Formats: sequence, C-alpha cells, structure tokens
Amino acid sequence: MAKRNLTCIVCPLGCRIEVEMSDGKIFNIKGNVCDRGLGYAKEECTSPKRVLTTLVRVKGGSLPVTSVKTTKPIPKELVGKVHDALAKITIEAPVEGGTLVLSNVLNTGADVIVTRQMPKQSTE
Amino acid sequence: MKERLADVIVIGGGPSGMAAASSCRKEGTGVVFLVEREGMIGGILPQCIHPGFGLLELNEDLTGPEFAERLEGQVHDLGVEVLLDRFTRRLVHDGDRGISVECISPEGLEVLKAPCLIYSTGCRERHAFEIGIVGDRPSGVFTAGTAQSLMDLYGLLPGKEIVVVGSGDVGLIMSRRFAIEGAHVKAVVEILPYSGGLTRNVVQCLDDFGIPLLLSHAVLEIRGRRRVESVVITEIDGEQAPIRGTEREVECDAVVVAAGLVPEVGLLKASGAKIDPATGGPVVNEFLETSLPGVFACGNVLVVNDLVDHAVEQGRLCARSARSYLDGSLKEPTTWKRSVPGKGMRFVVPQLLSGERDTTFYTRVRTPRENCRLLLKELSKEIRIVGAKPSEMIRLSLKSDLLSKVKDDLTFEVQS
Repeated sequence: MAKRNLTCIVCPLGCRIEVEMSDGKIFNIKGNVCDRGLGYAKEECTSPKRVLTTLVRVKGGSLPVTSVKTTKPIPKELVGKVHDALAKITIEAPVEGGTLVLSNVLNTGADVIVTRQMPKQSTE
Repeated sequence: MKERLADVIVIGGGPSGMAAASSCRKEGTGVVFLVEREGMIGGILPQCIHPGFGLLELNEDLTGPEFAERLEGQVHDLGVEVLLDRFTRRLVHDGDRGISVECISPEGLEVLKAPCLIYSTGCRERHAFEIGIVGDRPSGVFTAGTAQSLMDLYGLLPGKEIVVVGSGDVGLIMSRRFAIEGAHVKAVVEILPYSGGLTRNVVQCLDDFGIPLLLSHAVLEIRGRRRVESVVITEIDGEQAPIRGTEREVECDAVVVAAGLVPEVGLLKASGAKIDPATGGPVVNEFLETSLPGVFACGNVLVVNDLVDHAVEQGRLCARSARSYLDGSLKEPTTWKRSVPGKGMRFVVPQLLSGERDTTFYTRVRTPRENCRLLLKELSKEIRIVGAKPSEMIRLSLKSDLLSKVKDDLTFEVQS
C-alpha cells in the first residue's frame, strides 16, 4: 500500500494528512481536523483542483488589465489552458466586479468573473 | 494654509485604516477623515489578486480586490471623508489640545486637527541592499510588491527568467503568479533552513508548478550590464554565513526580493512614540493606544500580520477605543502590566495590559515547532498547539478573570 503525505490547503491551518492508496483507490485517510480536509484529501489524490486567478486586458480602462478568477476550483491540468483562453480576451471598460467573462470555461462547470472593477480612463 | 477639523483622523487607507475609519462612523463618531497618499484607497489589496482574504472577517474566501471593494463600500456608505493624494509629513502631538497632521495635498499644505488619531500606515518592503546583496545595479531588480504592481495592476511581466529571494508568503505567492503568467521561476532562494511561508502556500505555489525551493541558500551578488544577466547563489551554514566553494552562477533576467516587511513608523517615532524593537512597531496597550495619549495604531504598522483579517480586527478595535477616548470613558490604570515574549517567542502585542479587560494577543514563535505548548508563565496556564511556525501568527483571546491574576509581567513562552 502506497502512502501519500499531503498538506491540506483548504484553510491556513495546514493539517498534515496521510492517505493510504492502492491501485488509485483510497483506503485510509488520517490527520485531518475537519471534514473539509477529508474532502480535500480525497479530491487531491484522485482529481486535484485549483482556483485560477489571473488577468484579462481591458480596453479604455483606467488601467490596461483587470483581475479575474474562476468561480470554483477547476482541474489542475486545465489551469494552463484556461489561462491561455483568457489571454486572448479583451473586455471593454467600464466593468464592474462580478462581471461574467467566460461561462462554463472549457466545460469545467466554473465561470470566470471580474474581481476588480475597472472604470473608464478619465479624459482629463 | 488650509486648516480642517475632525473628531478622528485615520492615516493610511489600507485594510486596517479602511476598517478603522468605517467603524469609527459606525460607533457614532462625528467627522472622520481617512487620509491616503495614493489616488485611491485599498492599500496593497487591489494588487493581491489571489484568493484567501476574508476567511475570518466575512467567512468567505475572496481575492484581494474583492475584499478591498467590500471595505471601501463600508467607508463610503458610512460617510467617512476620504482625503486622497495627501502625503503626511508631520504629526504634532499637542498634549490635551489634540493632534495636528500636516499634509501636502494637491492644493498645497493642509493642516488637519483632531483630538484623536489612528495610525495605519502599513509597512514597506526590505530591499536587496538591506539584505547584503552586492554587485552590479542593472535594471531588473524589484521588490515583490513593485513586481506585483507592475504585473497585476499594469499588466507588465517583470521578467522571463526570474529568481525570487525569500520564501515567505509574499515570495511564494509571487512565484505562482509569475509561473501562471508564463515566466520561468528558476528558483526561490531562502536563507533559513525552512520556508518562511504557510505550508499550504509551499504546496500550491511551488510544488504545483515545479519551482525549486533552495533552503539554506542566499543570493550573494547580482551581475549584469544594463539588464540583470545572472545571480551568484551560495549555500549557507548554521550561522547564516556563506559556505566557501559552494558559489554558483544562475542565469536570469530579473531578481525579485521578498525579504520581509518593515513597519512604517517614521512619523510616530518622530513625535516621540515608544517603539518596540521586537515588532518594529509602536508599543501599545490593550486599547491599541501608543505611548502618545489619543494616538492608536493598527494593521501592519503595529505588527506585520499574515492575515488581512487580523489587520481589520485591529482597525475595528482602534475605532472602539477612539470612541471611548472621545467620550472620556477610556479607563486607563495608573500603572500598566507588561506582556513579555519569553523563551522561544519573538514578540507579544499588545505590550501593555491592565488585566481588567478581555484582551486579544498576537504573538509568533522564533523557530518552527511540532506539538508544542504555549505557556503563560505567571498564570501557570498552558495552551496546546499542534504545529507552530514563525510565519503563522498565534492569536490568543484571554478573559479578564484570568488576566486579573497577572501581577507585573505576563510572560509568553513556548515549550516542546
């Protein structure tokens, strides 16, 4: 039986979790303080996910870029592809926080939304 | 010269200052000025686009800009008067007659006056020259905050082959940002034998992207004519001295220094406030009042926090204290008791206590420890801690019935 040692990344507590696995199946999980840790350990060993935060270009904004995030964690191996998709996008100012940029990005079930409002560039 | 009057002046519009100013209004304080050097409030938050903010304060996981927007909303909704583009050059503490703040504003010199002041100027970054890196001075050497502002506010990648100095949370999070945006992070160089950041950040910022963490290593020298061309890295011994013969050159086009933060206490110090050498911030009592009566401090100028939630909590406490100060109901004892960092502890904030009130303390261990106990020596009370790291602030709320037993000192010690 293979043992995997994880550090839980759900909250800043950072529990050290030990997962016993065989043939890609989980047999035992210990070291987690809460259920969220249990969920994290299961997911991390079978299909790890991450929230992606990055930037998109803004046309006519007071700054040339604004920040975006996926509304929920997406499979780790898709992080680069979602980033590349966002690198091609330019949105137009003004934009509010929460504005939808891409919905159900790459069929992950997650949307990409704006996290920093961007007013129009002042013409002064 | 323009003169303006307020009940409370808050200097610094970062998270703790925004929280302090809006809470002042919520507590019923009349005129509240929030004085900010930049053209917008928010402090460092708008450029911290990663998640992890607001877990304690809002029970939500937000990115920096989202968290800033919430706090900014409270500032505006509660009627704080925000004064932007003002560089504060002097504080004059005039005893019972209150405090004058001299600002350089776009309209010229301005004097703000109030009986009460909340100081929330945050901290600044330590630069390459302060950590003994020598060599050439080409372009391509940045502090982490500057690199972050270039990338995440202005959309400019600071380099393509980057060496990061320092593995605190700032260094780790920036490494991930560089990697996501397509730069190659060649190494994160850490002088200590352990990372200075949260374990979760080592995992999700370095391991996820295959970025090497070089522990017990240091950057000795920067080389390059116009642009950074390489750095010289060396191994470090137990006394933090370079080990001869282990030097090697690593090619790169940018060096990003994330080597710690220093509280911006300049104006406080110049007005005679006592500074704690252990935190670099002012000495405060349980009201977060400095040694200058009516002057309170919160956020990273008080103590460098690792969670914004703690900075916000300190801001809100300052607002309650300011309210009591204005009412004349701030009950201060004739002599203060002292909270003291004992064996294995770096500092304790607040440094002074009355023992009459429930008090929240912030403290850090000096070195990482597993399964240790935090001992409140004079009270013979022990608190078990699973894992303690210097990077993880320990927050401890103690009740007045316990604290009332303190005679002179309350010593915080860590034991294995």
